[in-house]
Amino acid sequence: MAETILVVVEQREGKLSRVSWETIAAGQAIVTATGWTLEAAVIGSGVSAIASEVAAKNVAKVYDIESPKLEPYTPDAFAHAFEEFLGKHPAKLVLMPHTYQVRDFVPKLATALQTTAISDVVGFNYEDGKLLFTRQMFQGKFVADVSFAGSGPCFVTFQNGSFRADKVETAAALAPVETVNVDIPDNIVRNRPQEVFKEAKQAVDLTQAEIIVSVGRGIKEQKNIDLAKQLADAIGGELAASRPICDNGWLPMDRQIGSSGQTVAPKLYLALGISGAIQHLVGMKGSRSIIAINKDSEAPIFEIADYAVVGNLFDIVPPLIEEIKKARG
Amino acid sequence: MKILVCIKQVPQKDAPLKLNDAGTWIREDVSYEVNEPDAFALEEALQQKQKHSGEVVAITAGPVRASQVLREALAKGADRAIHLEDDAFVGLDAYNTARAIAAAIKDDKFDLIFTGLQSDDYGYAQTGVILAQILGLPHATIIMQIEKTDTGIRVKRELEAGFFQYVDLPLPAVLTIQSGINKLRYATLIGIKQAKTKPLRKVTLPEVQSAMGSNLQKIEKLYVPQKSKNTEFLEGPPAEVARKLVEKLKNELRVI
Repeated sequence: MAETILVVVEQREGKLSRVSWETIAAGQAIVTATGWTLEAAVIGSGVSAIASEVAAKNVAKVYDIESPKLEPYTPDAFAHAFEEFLGKHPAKLVLMPHTYQVRDFVPKLATALQTTAISDVVGFNYEDGKLLFTRQMFQGKFVADVSFAGSGPCFVTFQNGSFRADKVETAAALAPVETVNVDIPDNIVRNRPQEVFKEAKQAVDLTQAEIIVSVGRGIKEQKNIDLAKQLADAIGGELAASRPICDNGWLPMDRQIGSSGQTVAPKLYLALGISGAIQHLVGMKGSRSIIAINKDSEAPIFEIADYAVVGNLFDIVPPLIEEIKKARG
Repeated sequence: MKILVCIKQVPQKDAPLKLNDAGTWIREDVSYEVNEPDAFALEEALQQKQKHSGEVVAITAGPVRASQVLREALAKGADRAIHLEDDAFVGLDAYNTARAIAAAIKDDKFDLIFTGLQSDDYGYAQTGVILAQILGLPHATIIMQIEKTDTGIRVKRELEAGFFQYVDLPLPAVLTIQSGINKLRYATLIGIKQAKTKPLRKVTLPEVQSAMGSNLQKIEKLYVPQKSKNTEFLEGPPAEVARKLVEKLKNELRVI
């Protein structure tokens, strides 16, 4: 039987995030494997332009789920809207990008529907009529193939960069768009969100750096940051860090790379003592080349490194600085 | 304020992990520690108690070994602890873990419930939000700051790419706490000593099982991810590795 897959995209200020397009690509790939039907949904207040944009892609139908109470975002309103929508438009699978917003409401929604969300998914495979989703575990050291046991819908959230946004297929004809006005009672929304803001202007724009030397937990102590700084100076790069280093206050927050910090794609990313948790990798895996130095041979950073050194950074970085200085004259 | 903190015991960050024979889970003979965001959640609860007085209760679900994280919490200042003790708790999905926790605290009334934003083992990032839904409470996730207000609390949510947002919530509420929200304390000697006399309630699986169901997601296979890149490993003594790296920087990557 042809089941329905619903892919839900995320818009902010009238624009779709890249991971939303990637999630459409994931949905299209699952359709190619299973022969099921792909529909899409946009949710918000006055987001019909986004619905039209998605309708140009290879999907059977686009739903524009609307209510003035969906702006600004609250988990209560979003979960309620989807509960109502999915009650009338059942789907076997509901795919969403693994964003902070989705993480905020999908577990609530899945629980309200007495089903489950398979989160942080990076791929799928379909064999003998069985769909398995691959998700990261143990901070990326392992992945697991996970099956769904309920009657549905099964929610699946896709990690950044798991599918390629530029692989989204366009259709010959526009898909029909149906506006669905949902009724959200006044008394169900308990959170009162204020304006979204950025902390004091970022002093450092790492996105423009051609070379980044980045440090992680392996640097051990604040005083050792200087060693990384010397390497950055020698090679002519900017200094950056993974989250724990900035949490400790060893480097300012505006030098943080990762999902909660900056996303960079320099010519060279040199990772010192960074294990490579997914939250860090999403911020740097687009780098043209990656060199990783880490004492743990199983560190996930090595999965995406071009050149890898398994060893103690305190042994390797000092001679490296000297060699670079020599090479640069 | 009466605050519940959900704490999980997970493999130590740099512990070498090995797969079990069935390839469905890791071998359990590794060192364990407190899941990092949960440590920040506990610290936040202790700081809120210092400001507003009240009680901090720590809860965990896991085998006998997991009582270590509760002893640590008690030594740092938690008033009492609850241990959902059974080997089976390791294999629960987030929905069942939340249902077990909800059943274990049904006779308690908390103003706030904290979890870390996600665990280092499964990484679901869901248990706190599911718990809120089961208990019928509002929630907010990835929290970096909590202030008490006249009507409830005002929290600072972390959004992506350096953005933040303040959200007002009524109490009681569930919050998932981000690492770095505060500075962690160490347990003092006197705290460790006092912990031994604090109440630690054990809850067995049969006591909560009627609230639970079968797992809705199942790990069919756990394995090392396939490499998507051809990684070249540079080996040798440090000086030689340094020379090899510079050769790559110069001739392959052309950045110096």
